[in-house]
Amino acid sequence: MLSQLSDCADDALAAEVCAELKSHLATCEHCRIVLDTLRKTLSLVRCLPDEEPAPLPPGVEQRLFDVLGLKEYHPGG
Amino acid sequence: MSVIPIDLDIYDSEEALVQGLMKGERHACACMLKRHAPRVYAVALRMMGDADEAEEVLQDTFISACKNIQKFEGRSALNTWLHRIATNAALMRLRKRRQPQISLDQEIETLEDGDMPRQIADWSFYPAGRVLDAETREVLEHAIASLPDALRSVFVLREVEGYSTEETAQLLDIGLSATRVRLHRARLRLREQLTPYFALAETGAETP
Repeated sequence: MLSQLSDCADDALAAEVCAELKSHLATCEHCRIVLDTLRKTLSLVRCLPDEEPAPLPPGVEQRLFDVLGLKEYHPGG
Repeated sequence: MSVIPIDLDIYDSEEALVQGLMKGERHACACMLKRHAPRVYAVALRMMGDADEAEEVLQDTFISACKNIQKFEGRSALNTWLHRIATNAALMRLRKRRQPQISLDQEIETLEDGDMPRQIADWSFYPAGRVLDAETREVLEHAIASLPDALRSVFVLREVEGYSTEETAQLLDIGLSATRVRLHRARLRLREQLTPYFALAETGAETP
């Protein structure tokens, strides 16, 4: 049942299994909530690649410049 | 040593930047790092779940990119090319990390008792637009980072990087059925972890 909910959240479930699951969901609030919040989880996560990335942590940028032999540049500039 | 400021406007297009890189101009290399390193680091951190290893992947990526810039044919964006190098560098490290363990993927993998949903609160109406606020993003990234390696690598490749289940199995060199089970487990665990935060946030209560 759990793997079916996960597949259904991804719309990857065969139509007939999905229909069976839907009839269960009509009477089981617990499973419906799990499915809806699984779907929400995936929709939030799938936004991540489009997000503007956070700045590099302190030191990480400077060490990257150092390792590439670019010590003369000031990354903050 | 006197410090040279990085003027990002010197290369006003990606084409100009790539040309500079191919000519071995040091300033072009500095510009590439400045423009693209934060995104590469974000990918590396998501894949590795560890800041030190993410930094190593970041360094591996740009060392490899500088060495192989002549092979960049411009068929994809520079960003996409760097992304691919970073994913490969992360995968190499994850495979090395896996070596001392007994071949996990040969065990029959199934959902476990710990995967059963326990947090039942409906936060599916949580208002999140296409752009996530910084706090939501941090909550998501933290939850992903806390997944065990075996689940996180499958989840990130499939759900964040957008590879198919078959491609994910190939990239990680594990069976298709193990990939599917790990994906289900990762999704359920993540939902479980996010529920207390988003359920509270949705009711307007102060978030933890």
